[in-house]
Amino acid sequence: MYKILLCQRYLRTRYIALASIISVMLGVATMIVVNSVMSGFSHQMRDRIHGLLADVVIESHSLDGVADADLQMRIAREVANDYIEAITPTVEVYGMLNFNFAGQWITKPVTLIGIDPEGKSKVGPLRKFLDSYNPVYEDGKISREALRPAGDEPDWELSPRAWEYRRDKIDRQKWYEEQLAALESERVASSGSKNREEAGEKHASSDEAAPAVDDPFANPFQTAPGQGDQSADPYDLARGRIYVGIGLVSYPYRDPETGHMKLMMMAQPGDDVRISTVTAGRPPEHAPYLATIVDVFKSGMTEYDSSLIFCNLDELQNVRGMLSPATGKRAITSLHIKLKDYNQASAVVERLKSAFPPDQFAVKTWEQKQGPLLAAVEIESAILNVLLFLIIAVAGFGILAIFYMIVVEKTRDIGILKALGASSGGIMSIFLSYGLALGVVGSGVGVVLGLLFVHYINEIESCITWVTGRKVFDETIYYFPEIPTAVHPSMVISVALGAMLIAVLASVFPARRAARLHPVVALRRE
Amino acid sequence: MTETFAAPAVHLEAVALDKSYRNGTDEVAVLRGVNLQVRKGEFLSLIGQSGSGKSTLLHLLGLLDSPDIGEIRLEGKRIDHLPAKTRDELRNRVFGFVFQFYHLLPELTLIENVLSPLMIRYSAWDYWTQRRELRERALRMIEQVGLSHRLKHRPSQLSGGEMQRAAIARSLVAQPELLLADEPTGNLDVNTGNGIIDLLEKLNEDHRLTILMVTHDEGIAQRARRLVRLSQGRVDRIHERAA
Repeated sequence: MYKILLCQRYLRTRYIALASIISVMLGVATMIVVNSVMSGFSHQMRDRIHGLLADVVIESHSLDGVADADLQMRIAREVANDYIEAITPTVEVYGMLNFNFAGQWITKPVTLIGIDPEGKSKVGPLRKFLDSYNPVYEDGKISREALRPAGDEPDWELSPRAWEYRRDKIDRQKWYEEQLAALESERVASSGSKNREEAGEKHASSDEAAPAVDDPFANPFQTAPGQGDQSADPYDLARGRIYVGIGLVSYPYRDPETGHMKLMMMAQPGDDVRISTVTAGRPPEHAPYLATIVDVFKSGMTEYDSSLIFCNLDELQNVRGMLSPATGKRAITSLHIKLKDYNQASAVVERLKSAFPPDQFAVKTWEQKQGPLLAAVEIESAILNVLLFLIIAVAGFGILAIFYMIVVEKTRDIGILKALGASSGGIMSIFLSYGLALGVVGSGVGVVLGLLFVHYINEIESCITWVTGRKVFDETIYYFPEIPTAVHPSMVISVALGAMLIAVLASVFPARRAARLHPVVALRRE
Repeated sequence: MTETFAAPAVHLEAVALDKSYRNGTDEVAVLRGVNLQVRKGEFLSLIGQSGSGKSTLLHLLGLLDSPDIGEIRLEGKRIDHLPAKTRDELRNRVFGFVFQFYHLLPELTLIENVLSPLMIRYSAWDYWTQRRELRERALRMIEQVGLSHRLKHRPSQLSGGEMQRAAIARSLVAQPELLLADEPTGNLDVNTGNGIIDLLEKLNEDHRLTILMVTHDEGIAQRARRLVRLSQGRVDRIHERAA
């Protein structure tokens, strides 16, 4: 009983000890904040990777693919129908993207994924990533509403806004060509090469909104297969349609007026671009074709956003010659599968492996496909945790020092208690429970502080931004309107328990010293 | 030693106690073969100059320390070699201590200080179940020493005499058989000191409480029934006052 009473009294009268647990408190709060933000980010990242890939991916080793998508899907259904919710066939191949921006040709290496948008959106949340389905944020506010209702199935048609842009651009292009032709005829009449230059300059400066206007249909597309019926309707889209990763067609810049980061779009929905890939023949041959950007996708994974292009499956198969001339069946390179329950993924992978021979196919879950990246994130988070826990451990030494001083200060009282019959164990438990009480208070306050910080993290971020005048969390860099956080109760509990354990451990040494004090020596001190 | 046969039973007994302390490399002998018998219900004072070993003897008798050689016997049974837990228990139940510097716990109020031996004796649960009667008992003791008006005061708010009376109440609340007082008046003025001795005398007479008091003050020492003079770590002389 006296232990509890004394412990409580010490807690209320020794404020210096409370100072020692401020570091425990801050350590706990920091750990909770960092863990929550890290797991928020990592959760988002996993979400994005998972969303772009699929639960399980079956890939053929050869870029030529395997014949007959329906047959392959049937095989997959046969072995694991109970687990499978949806399957979609895709063709994955490497290629090159060319487009004209501000008078120069931009060339980027890409991975082309031929998909059927309806099927793909059943396998993963495709709409979540497409620009036209999502509002655009600027300074934390919506600056553009979503262009399409969330219920619409994704397809290969332009949104009204993209149509408007395309018509406008082609009209300008026509006008420009007419002007050019007029000038040309004038020049033929009189030698007016100077006039032509002037006209060209004037046009370029007055038309910054559509920088790609400079002759997109010039000779690179002359041989493109998609251009066959271009003449019928000048507004008609190219036969190839793509969703292009935002990193491929934009670059970030700092707005000189506001100092905020912005994205400059080099090409946008409605523009035509040139895509080159290889045919499925032996040997593979160069296969360029023309495609219209239907939409831009942002997964938030830079790796994907700056290398992936989703294109229409049938056109890709046509261009690559993945049609069997005899049967008309189309070849594919991979199947994306969504499971009913992802927890059974490994069992499904085993079943699929038995049906798809390993010399032709690789069957993997999305996690296995992204193994190194996910492992790196996990290691990073583990190292951070170790470092932060060391902060709390350092705080433990503060507790140790202060406790030692308290024991010295309380030497006489310890002697009295022993004279009154208190056992050594009892004296020890006074200081141990004092340490525990400090740990409980410290980690309790730390937990509350940390959770409050996480809860109001966006308000705090905007406050810091306001004070420093510099954006701490830039949505154009991270693609999030807000800082993502995820609080796991198990994490909070283990951090709090760890801090309490350290407080108790730090008080063991002073408590042992107190317990070993000889009562006569202790009493003699004055 | 012949008087022991006629007198009441021996309560606490020191047999050939030797005790020395190390002071750096030197070994200082404090007690050299002390024999002492405290009878049941007597008021014995132990007098001697500073360094004569009287406080050490008291500590040994109260099991706060253990002798190098010799034995402590309580009602004829040796107690100094008992395990620590048993000695803790004996200190809590059999002995009551009163010190020169009162030694109250500064964080606790007067009533809590008085209750502290009982808190030590009982576990939290046992204490909680009988807290009313224990508090009653403490209040009776405080009333006996005349401090009922000071229950909620901290030791720092009490005067020296009040603190010593509180310390006596604390030593009595555990209902000890023996009261060991180490210079109880050493820090008090003569009047207050006499008041404390009056209180001890009254307890000795009313409750037949055995009291062993250490002092260096001749006047105070003379008020005890029996007086043992200690010098150079040996019992020098024993005076007996007629009742």
